[in-house]
Amino acid sequence: MRDFSHFVKHNAGTAGMDLALEGVSCAGCVAKIERGLFALPDVTKARVNLTERRLAVEWTDGAIDPAKIVDRIAELGYRAHPYEAASAEKSEIAETRFLLRCLGVAAFAAMNVMLLSVSVWSGNVSDISPEQRDFFHWLSALIALPASAYAGQPFFRSALRALKARHTNMDVPISIGVTLALALSVYETWHHAEHAYFDASVMLLTFLLAGRTLDQSMRRRTTAIATNLAALRADMATKVVGDELIESPVAAIAPGDLVLVRPGERIAVDGVVIGGTSEIDNSLVTGETAYLAARPGATVFSGTLNVSGLLRIKATKPASGSLLDEIDKLLQKATAERTRYVRLADRAASLYAPVVHSTALLTLLGWLFLGAGLHDSIVIAISVLIITCPCALGLAIPAVQVVAVGALFRAGVLLNRGDALERLADVDTIVFDKTGTLTLPEPEVANAAGIDAQTLNLAGRLALGSRHPLAVALARAVGAREPLPAVVEQAGRGVLSVVDGQPLKLGSPDFCDAQAQTSEASAAYPDASVIAFSQGKTRVVFAFRQRLREDAAAVIAGLKQAGYRIAILSGDRMESVADIATALSIDAWQAGLSPADKIARIEEMRKAGRRVLMVGDGLNDAPSLAAANVSMSPVSATHLAQAAADAIFLGERLEPVATALKLSRRAFKVMKQNLWLAVIYNAVALPVAIAGLVTPLIAAAAMSGSSILVTANALRARAGAKQTWKGAIPWKS
Amino acid sequence: MEVLIYLVPLALLLGLLGLAAFLWTLNSNQYDDLDGAAWRAISDDEIGPTRPAPSPEDTVRSAP
Repeated sequence: MRDFSHFVKHNAGTAGMDLALEGVSCAGCVAKIERGLFALPDVTKARVNLTERRLAVEWTDGAIDPAKIVDRIAELGYRAHPYEAASAEKSEIAETRFLLRCLGVAAFAAMNVMLLSVSVWSGNVSDISPEQRDFFHWLSALIALPASAYAGQPFFRSALRALKARHTNMDVPISIGVTLALALSVYETWHHAEHAYFDASVMLLTFLLAGRTLDQSMRRRTTAIATNLAALRADMATKVVGDELIESPVAAIAPGDLVLVRPGERIAVDGVVIGGTSEIDNSLVTGETAYLAARPGATVFSGTLNVSGLLRIKATKPASGSLLDEIDKLLQKATAERTRYVRLADRAASLYAPVVHSTALLTLLGWLFLGAGLHDSIVIAISVLIITCPCALGLAIPAVQVVAVGALFRAGVLLNRGDALERLADVDTIVFDKTGTLTLPEPEVANAAGIDAQTLNLAGRLALGSRHPLAVALARAVGAREPLPAVVEQAGRGVLSVVDGQPLKLGSPDFCDAQAQTSEASAAYPDASVIAFSQGKTRVVFAFRQRLREDAAAVIAGLKQAGYRIAILSGDRMESVADIATALSIDAWQAGLSPADKIARIEEMRKAGRRVLMVGDGLNDAPSLAAANVSMSPVSATHLAQAAADAIFLGERLEPVATALKLSRRAFKVMKQNLWLAVIYNAVALPVAIAGLVTPLIAAAAMSGSSILVTANALRARAGAKQTWKGAIPWKS
Repeated sequence: MEVLIYLVPLALLLGLLGLAAFLWTLNSNQYDDLDGAAWRAISDDEIGPTRPAPSPEDTVRSAP
């Protein structure tokens, strides 16, 4: 029995649930799932979101067990996983909508005001009467003032926040420019003047909002996919209630609950063993690959793998609070001390704003000194602010960001944080964790070459009958598909079956009577874990060891060639790390490190002026991921590590790490180019403005021209980026 | 130029209508699933709870 009630939301007689879907790729799938669900009585809503691979279902409250919905989808040939939307995602959806609404209002105003402005400009050189011009100006004011007040909110708010915190960002000069342009235009219109700048301010807002909306929707898509990935991995735990076993989502486990963990399952919550003995694989927590024994009274941690026996565990912490105390403290400290990286845009703004504002002031004083009169001097000074209002500067960075994040997306890298791109571009040292990062989470058979194919095949088929991690790895390595008939499992020892009258056994060396072969294998592969196989009188021992990611050697060599310094910091034993380091020819490696040691090493590197990218996956890596300048995690990493990492990469290959570094460097270069383009544009336009020669027509032309220029240049950030990720979670089918 | 007296409000009204239509599409979640919407537009019929339940065999299958 499975209990999904944790994910169900009740609302006035209807119950609803959100699910992440696997295997949905086309319109046919959408129709099939929706039809299939509506075929159930009492389902009132079923809607698949093909972009985000999600499903929203509603039904009459109490009429359907939510597990039935998941089963129904499984019958249709897809997998569905209930999820809870993270609060970050909800606020991002709201933010995207708000920006779109602002963009709609600004675009409406820009179109209408521009229409009126073009009439005035052409009238000014022909036969427009002053009354008609005033009428058009007042009409523009009527549209532009409320529209700017509404659509300018994102900029005004952000500028106020920055000013309150006593620093400037790009939104400060934008807000000042827009406000002054509007104020000046109203004043000029009031005095029947020839020029008004209503069009400039609404057009500026429209361009900037377009850039920001794109940036935001790209970010929203990334979070949606990250939430899906988390849901697909969300573990179920077997809760013991009385005599009944209930499959319950891990999030719904409370302290005091009894949980049953079968061999081969991951332990979902921190707790104390109250029944059974087993071995525990701690590799995801400490990086250590050797197994530890667990017996009643032992403390076990979430994220570890139960290897051999059935365990009953009493939960001591709720799943969300489940964490090694030591790691928790380190993580909080590292997060608090995380460098306050100042984004490129803000650095540019802090240089730009004082220069532009003092130029405007000097222009005012200069014209006053030359005896131009207060009114004219103010008008010219404000026109300086309008022409330099950072339209191109405001677009220069978001435009590149959108293009680069999209390219990373296609390469299988999801960015968790907005400024990760810039920090990645800055890296000169890369620190790798070993287990699960350089190596794959599953081990490989080291001595497969010396074993004949028939024995391998038979052992693999027998292994399908066991959930022991090494048996699972064996079955996968052999590619076994058909399980043997009548397989019996002896808890904690192994599995046995009979084929053609011959007994077959797979399990511990004692169980298979293969001590001699085991000592041979252990001598040949000192750090390997072994399982034995016996067929009649034949004895074979399989030695397992960590498998490097397929392309690890090539990627590391490439990174070295690109000038990065590479190091391995691992919590595993000396010998295992030494092997991997030799295979990858990495000289700087350290083994047996605690999480605190790892942070200390990273701090040392940073003190020496190096900018460190940490790549790791374990619970023990989470604090160092937060302590590094920037960090990445593979998608197989623990939840905590992914939360601490700035970016997540998908798939079994290491290549996305190299691609992310390459693309981010390129993007950073284009960002800087864009800033220079914007500066050059200002350098040309500024003297014209200071001379008092700017008309609204010149302002509009300059603004559109420079915006189009930086946007077109931003497209270069994706040049050379290929679609390299071809895995199971397609963004586009 | 008296023509402006009704042409200008008319132009504004049309613009506002466009804006209202955009805000309506936004509020009715029409930008949430752009990929799905493209396919739904060419789908043969509406899928909804009011229809008699179809058997799984007659659902549309298309190549992924």
